[in-house]
Amino acid sequence: MIRKILLQLCIVLCVFGCESDDSNSGNSNQTSPTFTFSHDWDGTPVSSSDFNNFMFTTANGESVSIERLRYVISDITFTANSGEILNINGHHLVDVTNDEGFSYTLPSTIPTGTFANVSFTFGLDNEDNSQNYPDLNSANFNVPDMLGGGYHYMQFDGKFINSNMEEMGFNYHAIRAVDASDPNNLIFPQDTFFTVNLGSIPITSSTEIEIEMNIAEWFKNPNLWDLNVYNQMLMPNATAQILMYENGLNVFSLGEITYGTE
Amino acid sequence: MKKNWAWILIVLLCLNCSNDDGSGGYEPTPMPLDIPEIFSNNIIPPVIPTDNPQTIEGVALGKKLFFDNILSADGTKSCVSCHSPQSAFTDNSPTSIGIDGIAGTRNSMPIFNLAWNYNERFNWDGSALSMERQAEEPVQNPIELHSNWDNVVERLQSHPEYPGLFELAFKTSTITKELTTKAIAQFERTLISANSKFDQYSLGQATLTEQELNGLDIFLREDKGDCFHCHGNPNNPLWTNNDFHNNGLDATFTDLGLGAVTGDPNDNGKFRSPSLRNLAYTAPYMHDGRFATLDEVIDHYSEGLQNSPTIDPLMKQIAQGGVQLTDQEKADLKAFLLTLSDPSFINNPEFQD
Repeated sequence: MIRKILLQLCIVLCVFGCESDDSNSGNSNQTSPTFTFSHDWDGTPVSSSDFNNFMFTTANGESVSIERLRYVISDITFTANSGEILNINGHHLVDVTNDEGFSYTLPSTIPTGTFANVSFTFGLDNEDNSQNYPDLNSANFNVPDMLGGGYHYMQFDGKFINSNMEEMGFNYHAIRAVDASDPNNLIFPQDTFFTVNLGSIPITSSTEIEIEMNIAEWFKNPNLWDLNVYNQMLMPNATAQILMYENGLNVFSLGEITYGTE
Repeated sequence: MKKNWAWILIVLLCLNCSNDDGSGGYEPTPMPLDIPEIFSNNIIPPVIPTDNPQTIEGVALGKKLFFDNILSADGTKSCVSCHSPQSAFTDNSPTSIGIDGIAGTRNSMPIFNLAWNYNERFNWDGSALSMERQAEEPVQNPIELHSNWDNVVERLQSHPEYPGLFELAFKTSTITKELTTKAIAQFERTLISANSKFDQYSLGQATLTEQELNGLDIFLREDKGDCFHCHGNPNNPLWTNNDFHNNGLDATFTDLGLGAVTGDPNDNGKFRSPSLRNLAYTAPYMHDGRFATLDEVIDHYSEGLQNSPTIDPLMKQIAQGGVQLTDQEKADLKAFLLTLSDPSFINNPEFQD
């Protein structure tokens, strides 16, 4: 009898003992949507292969060559029709220069279904911006403490043809606006991170949501950007930061939504 | 019969779940990198190739190879000839001189904290895509050690000690170029520098002088030095972004740098940002060692910039030659930069012959 029990036990252990699959991960109504990031200049797709060429013209008429573009998005939020809010804490660096970070699968799951709104934060809200992130430190994305610390929201570097018809660098770096004229009393005139609302999106078990950045909008609307006026050393310039923020509100839009099959 | 089946099942059970290769034999001893607190607090983990894990035996072998003239064709030079511990693993000549007395075209790069070069492009021009591959080139370069790898392997194989040391490090006494460079890379990954005065300041264990703090301010101010966009900051204690920039050294290029590697003219004149750690020991500076002193380096960024089509847009006030620092600001910046030097690194007995 004992042998029989032992034999049965061994069979059971053989069959199940080495199972390492976690396929019982459970609820099939939960999913991790993927966000992808694409970039254009007023409808013309832009990739790193277009960099280092004077192939774009700002609304103000300056010819522009893009040399470096990377930015952070964070706190993707799903608002259900009931008003319930699912906030996915986390941030993601998109590095167009090095063709990295174009796809971001949420680190946690949400229920499938149609949400009244999906949104994300451009940059980092003030609470998130006060944290220490090794990945962003390693990417050298920091803002010095004397400017409030935290991180760049965006680093956008390039060259333009100035009014003297000379090539000149620009550093369109978006950060939290700060008046640092008194180093002992930093003043933050207004928040310059912002929420991008993508609208209602049905989420199935395999959903990919494209976020588009129209780079031209950084120079266009509502503030016509004159690179001869605002080009470099803009991080300590709170006025420039607020102008960037206002233009940034028109930069992002919802692209294609694709649904896979499972 | 039932008894036999039971035994078979028990044996199957025992074998089935084992990840071990069953050899039960010798394995080199794992030796994880000792990651400094200032790094673990602030930056992501180092890059360790899965096919070349750090082991005590591998590091010991790599160290012996690093210091051994056996890698050079005539037995007169080794890695350490141009990468001296006392100079933070560089040398003090503008460009290094190989075994034939011929000077190269590049300044020897210092070696420390290389496991945190996340994009894994090494050399001034990014030509080596891993530390292991980097170690291949100087051995066979005609103006460096001027060896032939086949000959090096033959010398190592016939050496009284090396076959046994490779057996300990890699479980084979058959020596290859690949195993040799793996061992050297393992040793190089242990060369970690994170105990400068500024590191101690960051950890609350030291204070900076007013001049040093002023220098940090200039380093970090976008309207002053604006050094931090390429050379790290207190939260990025590597003090480099390991990226490639044209920092305005020349209006025309005799050395294309990254451009010669990628073939992209937009990369011409771009070189890897070196770490600012250990500047006290690593003169002369720049990829060709053109600046003998730190003062000359600071003067370059202040008023010596040369414009060219690929100059980095992070370079400012190019028409005026640079960021126009005052003499006092230059002195303060230099004082801060010297706080990044780490005497315990160059004197570490683990890194000496």
